[in-house]
Amino acid sequence: MSSNSFAYNEQSGGGEAAELGQEATSTISPSGAFGLFSSDWKKNEDLKQMLESNKDSAKLDAMKRIVGMIAKGKNASELFPAVVKNVASKNIEIKKLVYVYLVRYAEEQQDLALLSISTFQRALKDPNQLIRASALRVLSSIRVPIIVPIMMLAIKEASADLSPYVRKNAAHAIQKLYSLDPEQKEMLIEVIEKLLKDKSTLVAGSVVMAFEEVCPDRIDLIHRNYRKLCNLLVDVEEWGQVVIIHMLTRYARTQFVSPWREDDGLEDNEKNFYESDDEEKEKSDKKRPYTMDPDHRLLIRNTKPLLQSRNAAVVMAVAQLYWHISPKSEAGVISKSLVRLLRSNREVQYIVLQNIATMSIQRKGMFEPYLKSFYVRSTDPTMIKTLKLEILTNLANEANISTLLREFQTYVKSQDKQFAAATIQTIGRCATSITEVTDTCLNGLVCLLSNRDEIVVAESVVVIKKLLQMQPAQHGEIIKHMAKLLDSITVPVARASILWLIGENCERVPKIAPDVLRKMAKTFTSEDDLVKLQILNLGAKLYLTNSKQTKLLTQYILNLGKYDQNYDIRDRTRFIRQLIVPNEKSGALSKYAKKIFLAQKPAPLLESPFKDRDHFQLGTLSHTLNIKASGYLELSNWPEVAPDPSVRNVEVIESAKEWTPVGKSKKEKPAKKFYSESEEEEAEEEESSDSSSDSEGESGSESGDTGSSSEDSSEDSSSGQESETGSEAEAEGKRAGKRNSRLKRKSDSEDGEKKNEKSKTSESSSAESSSMEESSSGSESASESDNEPVPRKVAQAKERKPQQERHPPPKDVFLLDLDDFNPVSTPVALPTPALSPSLIADLEGLNLSTSSSVINPSSSILWK
Amino acid sequence: MSRPSRASNTTKMIHSLFLINCSGDIFLEKHWKSVVSQSVCDYFFEAQEKAADVENVPPVISTPHHYLISIYRDKLFFVSVIQTEVPPLFVIEFLHRVADTFQDYFGECSEAAIKDNVVIVYELLEEMLDNGFPLATESNILKELIKPPTILRSVVNSITGSSNVGDTLPTGQLSNIPWRRAGVKYTNNEAYFDVVEEIDAIIDKSGSTVFAEIQGVIDACIKLSGMPDLSLSFMNPRLLDDVSFHPCIRFKRWESERVLSFIPPDGNFRLISYRVSSQNLVAIPVYVKHSISFKENSSCGRFDITIGPKQNMGKTIEGITVTVHMPKVVLNMNLTPTQGSYTFDPVTKVLAWDVGKITPQKLPSLKGLVNLQSGAPKPEENPSLNIQFKIQQLAISGLKVNRLDMYGEKYKPFKGVKYVTKAGKFQVRT
Repeated sequence: MSSNSFAYNEQSGGGEAAELGQEATSTISPSGAFGLFSSDWKKNEDLKQMLESNKDSAKLDAMKRIVGMIAKGKNASELFPAVVKNVASKNIEIKKLVYVYLVRYAEEQQDLALLSISTFQRALKDPNQLIRASALRVLSSIRVPIIVPIMMLAIKEASADLSPYVRKNAAHAIQKLYSLDPEQKEMLIEVIEKLLKDKSTLVAGSVVMAFEEVCPDRIDLIHRNYRKLCNLLVDVEEWGQVVIIHMLTRYARTQFVSPWREDDGLEDNEKNFYESDDEEKEKSDKKRPYTMDPDHRLLIRNTKPLLQSRNAAVVMAVAQLYWHISPKSEAGVISKSLVRLLRSNREVQYIVLQNIATMSIQRKGMFEPYLKSFYVRSTDPTMIKTLKLEILTNLANEANISTLLREFQTYVKSQDKQFAAATIQTIGRCATSITEVTDTCLNGLVCLLSNRDEIVVAESVVVIKKLLQMQPAQHGEIIKHMAKLLDSITVPVARASILWLIGENCERVPKIAPDVLRKMAKTFTSEDDLVKLQILNLGAKLYLTNSKQTKLLTQYILNLGKYDQNYDIRDRTRFIRQLIVPNEKSGALSKYAKKIFLAQKPAPLLESPFKDRDHFQLGTLSHTLNIKASGYLELSNWPEVAPDPSVRNVEVIESAKEWTPVGKSKKEKPAKKFYSESEEEEAEEEESSDSSSDSEGESGSESGDTGSSSEDSSEDSSSGQESETGSEAEAEGKRAGKRNSRLKRKSDSEDGEKKNEKSKTSESSSAESSSMEESSSGSESASESDNEPVPRKVAQAKERKPQQERHPPPKDVFLLDLDDFNPVSTPVALPTPALSPSLIADLEGLNLSTSSSVINPSSSILWK
Repeated sequence: MSRPSRASNTTKMIHSLFLINCSGDIFLEKHWKSVVSQSVCDYFFEAQEKAADVENVPPVISTPHHYLISIYRDKLFFVSVIQTEVPPLFVIEFLHRVADTFQDYFGECSEAAIKDNVVIVYELLEEMLDNGFPLATESNILKELIKPPTILRSVVNSITGSSNVGDTLPTGQLSNIPWRRAGVKYTNNEAYFDVVEEIDAIIDKSGSTVFAEIQGVIDACIKLSGMPDLSLSFMNPRLLDDVSFHPCIRFKRWESERVLSFIPPDGNFRLISYRVSSQNLVAIPVYVKHSISFKENSSCGRFDITIGPKQNMGKTIEGITVTVHMPKVVLNMNLTPTQGSYTFDPVTKVLAWDVGKITPQKLPSLKGLVNLQSGAPKPEENPSLNIQFKIQQLAISGLKVNRLDMYGEKYKPFKGVKYVTKAGKFQVRT
């Protein structure tokens, strides 16, 4: 900064500061804080002097003290003018601390903050990428609306910066600008679109974050970057991985069809499955043999290694992805990793256990092998204990219940009474869900009634009440035992439960019931409201069944209730009196009083508190709280019919251009890997279907003549005619693929080898999908296209499009798709961006020619 | 498409951070967006009061306008303020990473250390989070950006006015190996690996094992110049059932060859953590004979435990401590140890017995009387015993490192592997 502007700053700054000081003094409350503040005031004076001094050490000292004030939450805003002029300091630490200060107070002192803007603007052009990045960071963190246009411009420029680090910061700045001024949304979306295309792992996480923040509904922006994101995922930093995985989960749920149907059938009831199959055959003909979209598979495959991440959030993100989008038979892999997280600190345990609890309700089998990992230790915090208990209950079945009950016996005796009570509830739930052990559980609970601890007894009473309600017949003894407990138990819920139970079964314990009522009548006034209500109920029920003995007692209680302090009780009293004591006013209802009071009541369902959480995406804040948190993005249901998968294709010309300079070696290596895999698939397919053998023969010839483009056109069409109806569509697809490869040849003629493989893979996959295509009718379009002269390149590709759209979803389009899928998928094979030995090893593992290893070093450049 | 309806001041991820000590003082706050008043912490204090025990404060709390996600670490609460949906583990993991960084920089993560280094703390937080989204969390990168404090440097700084902020570009952030800094130089090149295994077990009253498994980690201390590329192989890698890796490890290589291949970060780091496959029977190195009884209607009880070695592979078991949370009705304990010393805290009711080594000739025991509160009912359950021990030079699972090879650099490094077995969550029910 020039000395001129400095001088200006000083003058105006000083004036402002004084004013601000006065303002601050007047706003401060006169009570107590005043003394404290005035001492601060003095201190600030000397801070100002220090900031004005010529020595960097003094300035630094002052800044450190100011940052200390900010950290403690003290107000340091009046120092703004003195601080802001140090923004151009040569000392990098002073500068940094000034940035900290600016970001904190700029919003409050917008006019003065503007003085610093030019410094940042200059820094944005600095040759050092770190300085450019930090300037952008601070500039975008200053929440001053007037600089929105400047920020917009800076973001646009930074998004085209050569340094991926600066581009990453640009992605962060997008969110900041959006929250400052949502009006900029459209422009920001353009920047996001551009950054989404970025191939740097550094940028990927941040830009997806910006996407989620600014335009999560613009799923169309993702299509063309989908495969790239899947492939970059392993190399993105951990935090970015979490964000990308969550976004891709949402994406997958909108773009692919459900992989669950078949598995569901197998799991639930096979008979139904086959029956419904017959019925709906005509309807679902097209979808029947479900083939997973290769893009869907790509996502599932590429996220799997991340289960091994050291970061719990990444593991959880992958787990929820598998839970929500993978075939059910494959979701099992996540349980081991989730159980591993249970060794972590209590906060991680808490969240992971919650998610396991939700999962274990729906798919018990997943966690059954890890049953013992959920055993409770006396040192676990209560919240962890109860969650583990919840999971144990969900996992209980006939086979393991006896082991579990033995374990529960230990828990019931726990010193942690809250946990002991939870265990009792658990036993109740097991008793209802597993009929074999109902009696055992009930007996156990009855034993607990003589426990010394009141909470345990009370909880047992409540649970026994629920159990008895389900099978009341033969339990007169237990009810008698409980009636005796009324003398000793003081916990209101338990007392109320006993009274209710006696009332319900008053005809089974005809001698005891009136006596209980007598005792209760004595203590009515001192009971809890909950108990009073049940006393009224008991009275009413006895009045109806045994009015001879209890008429007077009941009337006495009703009189007490009439003058109770609680209006609910007065209300209930009035209601009961009208209902059971016939008088001229009471209508027809009183005739039915007995039916009303002693109706058969449905037994309560004892179920998991985690039952209703499954509609939230796992691993989210909303799931943890079981409330829809603001900003929660719903996971959509699978579409009935998959949207056009070709949207994920990347234009070949463009991609070729972009890829060539970076190093074709890169593409070659993984393509080969893919090739070797696909060959196996091909071999398998060969056996399985006729049509694929057809294509097999063709593929050989095709890959042979990729070098000469003129020939294959004729051959192509002829083979198309030869092939039977089933494989026609397929041949067409292949041709489309070939056409693509031809286009590519145009753009860069060097990659002969690569294309070779690509076309081959496309075929192998066509073979894979042939079974599906057979069933669908694509003959009409196929015959059309067969006669067409081929090499018309782009024009033809355009013609092809409408045809594809006419077809039911995953058809030839999907073949086309695969063709492109190859080059993009390349980075999968790259474990980490790192270097030669591993790569060589990888390559060796894949039986590759040694030539590719020579190219390796250059390949790592790409992933900067 | 255009939907400007979203509130303009929301941000994903972390909005603010408050550090709170045990007595409930907020001693540091940092905001990454507009300032959130400290009063938001009142909801946290409320939850803390309800929970009674610090361990039971729920990590996620919902308040009318914000969500609070907190961790409890080294007697401090890290409370972050969140405004919108975010994966809670993301925040939790990040907060722990912050605490790890403090630990790494200041040697401890305590209120005093943080207050003493408030400027560095602020600079760290500034680098670790941008707009609430994690930016640089790798210790190697952070140390290039902000140098950790040393006594010498602080003296020099105060004289010369120079800074502890690096003025060069953090190479790691920009290289393709984001966890390692460039230009590392050592005169002695060394690579040490500690294989630490922990036995988690629940032993029931009768001495039979209810549950036992082995969890292990390999911690590395790598001081190698340049860009070494290491590969570590095991004699018996099949033992490892479930493994989690430091990001530096090449997953593919592990999948195909069961070799750990990596370019290491500089300094100390955790290479892998693993669980030993559950098919293998777990050797339990110690047994405990116990007889704890409380007499009905009397104010005393008996306490008698003896510890002995079992399946210890011929190694000495050392560093044994026994911790027991006695029931609330216990007033005091009057015990005699044959070895070591014991303490009983009548407030927390924790009995701790520092045993030391086991000598098989004379087994250590602790006997004596327990004084109970008179009149109170006798405790329902006997307390469980938590046992700690350590066995040097043994990985209880039998895991063995085969060899360590280095590529990419010419010098010969000094290599070392150390094995230790410890008790993890080792609990004996009585």
